[in-house]
Amino acid sequence: MLSYKDLNVKIGLEIHQQLATEKKLFCSCKSIEIEKHEHEFFRRLRPTQSELGEYDPAALFEFKKGRIIRYIASNNNSCLVEADEEPPHDLNSEALDIALTIAMLVNSDIVDEVHAMRKIVIDGSNTTGFQRTMLIALGGTIDGVTIQSISLEEDAAKIIDENEKIKSYSLDRLGVPLIEISLEPVTNNAEEVALLALKIGRLLRATKRVARGLGTIRQDVNISIANGNVVEIKGVQRLDQLKDVIEYEVKRQHGLMIIADMLKERIDHLDTVVKDVTSIFIDSKSKIIINAIKSNGNIKAINIKGFAGMLGFEPYQGIRLGKELGEMVRSYGLGGIFHSDELPAYGISEEELNKVREILGTEKEDAIILIAGKNVEDAINAIIKRLEEALKGVPAETRAAKGNVTVYSRPRPGAARMYPETDIAPVVIRKELLEQIRSNLPKGWDEYIDELSSKYNINRIQAEKIFDSEYLNLFERIASTCKNIQPSFIVSLLTESMTSIEREGYDISILTDDKLISIFNIVNEQRIAKESIVDIIKIMINNRCSVDEAIKNLGLESISDAALKTIIEKIIRDNLEIVKEKGDQSFNILMGKAMDKLRGKVDGKKISILIKEKISQYK
Amino acid sequence: MHGYRGKALELLYRFNAYAGEHVIIELDSKRYEGIIMPRYESADDTHIVLKLKNGYNIGISIDRIKSIKSIEGKNQIKIAEVEREDRGLSKIAMISTGGTIASKIDYRTGGVRAMLTAKELYDAIPELGELADIYPEVLFSEYSENLTFRHWSMLAEKIYEKSKEGYKGIVVTHGTDTMHYTAAALSFAVSINKPIVLVGAQRSSDRPSSDAATNLIAATTFASKSDLNGVFVAMHDSISDDTIAIHLGTRVRKNHTSRRDAFKSIGIKPIAYVRNGEIIYNLRVETRREEYILPKFEDKVALLKYHPNMDARLIEYLSELGYKGLVLEGTGLGHVSKYLFNSIEDAIKKGMIICMTSQCIYGRVRMTVYETGRDLLRIGVLPLDDMLPEVALAKLSWALANKEDVKSVMLKNIAMEMSDRSLVD
Ligand SMILES: [Zn+2]
Repeated sequence: MLSYKDLNVKIGLEIHQQLATEKKLFCSCKSIEIEKHEHEFFRRLRPTQSELGEYDPAALFEFKKGRIIRYIASNNNSCLVEADEEPPHDLNSEALDIALTIAMLVNSDIVDEVHAMRKIVIDGSNTTGFQRTMLIALGGTIDGVTIQSISLEEDAAKIIDENEKIKSYSLDRLGVPLIEISLEPVTNNAEEVALLALKIGRLLRATKRVARGLGTIRQDVNISIANGNVVEIKGVQRLDQLKDVIEYEVKRQHGLMIIADMLKERIDHLDTVVKDVTSIFIDSKSKIIINAIKSNGNIKAINIKGFAGMLGFEPYQGIRLGKELGEMVRSYGLGGIFHSDELPAYGISEEELNKVREILGTEKEDAIILIAGKNVEDAINAIIKRLEEALKGVPAETRAAKGNVTVYSRPRPGAARMYPETDIAPVVIRKELLEQIRSNLPKGWDEYIDELSSKYNINRIQAEKIFDSEYLNLFERIASTCKNIQPSFIVSLLTESMTSIEREGYDISILTDDKLISIFNIVNEQRIAKESIVDIIKIMINNRCSVDEAIKNLGLESISDAALKTIIEKIIRDNLEIVKEKGDQSFNILMGKAMDKLRGKVDGKKISILIKEKISQYK
Repeated sequence: MHGYRGKALELLYRFNAYAGEHVIIELDSKRYEGIIMPRYESADDTHIVLKLKNGYNIGISIDRIKSIKSIEGKNQIKIAEVEREDRGLSKIAMISTGGTIASKIDYRTGGVRAMLTAKELYDAIPELGELADIYPEVLFSEYSENLTFRHWSMLAEKIYEKSKEGYKGIVVTHGTDTMHYTAAALSFAVSINKPIVLVGAQRSSDRPSSDAATNLIAATTFASKSDLNGVFVAMHDSISDDTIAIHLGTRVRKNHTSRRDAFKSIGIKPIAYVRNGEIIYNLRVETRREEYILPKFEDKVALLKYHPNMDARLIEYLSELGYKGLVLEGTGLGHVSKYLFNSIEDAIKKGMIICMTSQCIYGRVRMTVYETGRDLLRIGVLPLDDMLPEVALAKLSWALANKEDVKSVMLKNIAMEMSDRSLVD
């Protein structure tokens, strides 16, 4: 186990939470996701100089890739503002209110005048090429951790598809208000950081003015270790993922440090030679290489002095310099690289390799990288730059959380990416507004949990569970309309049962609120027994069908009270001897027989009442 | 200074601080480090704008500021070098008149200025450097709503002058609001045997999504590769960045406040498109004319849009003011209320030339269909067929300043501003 203390691990958390506003941040569109988009258009974005006369490295990087961006949009949730065809409207005052409320809850120092800024993002996730963002407050603490800043900003467009030529986004989410809370880096371990994130999430959700559900809260983490640079990891959506991602990243960074130390023992500077070796591979058996040559590409080889064995070396499982390089060139539209620690393989022969070695003047302690494709110069420059960084350890970069690991996405942006948003006038924060907000501050999380548990007569643990789940609002809706169902049952279904259904591999994301409500309504009307809900849900997911269809499918057609009485009546008569002999003691046997016939079709409680009634009649 | 005034300016003076300076601002309980930024002219005088290290700007109330301390030697702003390097490509003159295209924000002053050198242009739009050797020149820096007839004359003369200096074509960068007026005016004032391409941007060039670069690239492509003569407008064809339409200068209009495809050819298709660096001709037309320069424009010309209940005295007043020409934007086929007839007739008798266009924008005036039209024709109103109202204004002003037989000039096609056929599509 790695010692975070020895490594001087520093973790800075950034929480991005969507706000539950009626409208988007700078226009009157609703923040809803939809499936059909009737419009489509194509764009290119280019870097612009900042007000201090600099280009942002991340922006230049994106531009060089030369990709076209495709947007799909619908009139139902976007307008010309999202399409960057109309200037932004006035700042949504509801969103500002919520941001100020949250800032006040954590004692952050609210600025006197809010200035909208353009944060340059030219990967296409914003049609404008920038994200509009405003610093609302500085300082304050959450759970003992110091807050750096709190900002109000617009959410980005959602990526739907991506290849080397074209990137597709939908405009649904673009412009939805987000609050960003950045914390000072902490030295805690991954688990503690995940707990911190949970607590912040709770504080935000307790205001009841933030959006809920998957994707409405995202964590970015900045991680560094001693002697390394800060790596920014974007897009962690779940807390259990957060812990794993941090642990992976610390391991990766430490691994890179180990590699750097080993390299420093061998060489004191990077020495590379690049040659075109296309002619060697004209008859290659490697498909990748032949395809590259066929599409007028070249095969280039890089000789790296003293790197033999180091590209494939694994200080930790899955952490290799070769893999880092492969991930990186992918963002240049290339499939990857071949390196000498893994060759001969992939259809590249020893003979071909020897010819390459000859051309490059490769010696025994050197490594070779082969790269195939068109216009690979930028990728080669990036590889050489990355190899130089390998001698130092951990390069500054932005990575994306993918499952439990992190993958390269782009160089880290600098402060040069911020420009004033000249389309929006600064907003002075009036004292009266602050006083009004201060006198209406929402309850804290603790108080909220107490209230939940007393209102619905559930215990605190259940209240916490439902609060932390995606279903709090839904729970309250169901609990207040379905009076025949115990709230604690609703909680356990929406939390434990849903989790286990998901673990079994069912895609619960297709269960809309309306679908879940329809299930509980039917139970509430006592048309089916609550015990069969789980089966019904599974059928609904598998067959993508309505609750009524699922009931039919399961043979759970409801049994009328009259029919039920007849069935019970028959069971009693068939077992009249036992009833007479054992009296009330016969209940268990009779109940068992009844349940065999009626399980899932009728609530067990109802059956037991009827049986008890009948026993007292016949005994 | 940089948008600061009143109390905020006093405070800056008191601490000897200036916009662009790297400072520490001390409040009662805390301090901010950052760079003092320019303030919007329209904003209040009680806040100082500071750019923090994280890039954000915030406004700090001057009541809370205890002191502003300078941090030495930390304030550098890069200034582009000026150098010129031709690569033997087509020479293109790029005349800048203002607007958001081919301009950059000077964040020290908060103002927008034209890109002064070819290098600045190539830096911002590298593709331009591969297309042509561009010679930029700033003629004036005005929002297009501030341009006057005098500016039209200056621009026409400048274009004519440039046409004698061996350029392959001429690109004029222009604010979009009145670009179609200028395009029409130039179409009459200057005729040279090379393309004159007006180009603008609907999204300012300080944002990554700006249409400035694609429009400018297309304009330069057309100016350097096309053999067509005349005045053209190059702007987005749709809200996508892939196709730029080349419109005839006398047939184009700004039809949307903000969309990048705001400019549309009216009653005609765009003459060409530029896509992926290629010119795709759409209409084969003969635009070649004799070379000339007739750069004068008559100031006393007006464009009046008829509306219900319009006061006849407006026309009388124009006549009293000595107006020599009036373009009416009538209803439908070219009508105005009969209550205006008397004042129109009087004005014409006193020598004013009154022309009729339609506020329908699409279609032509036909004043022989209804009695109203026939009466107006009888009074002496000139029907301008399918000429756009803005084009008619420019043409009337030009004709009055340069021609003897104004009436016949107005009724005759000169620069494809009118046609005798309207097509189904
Ligand atoms: Zn909208």
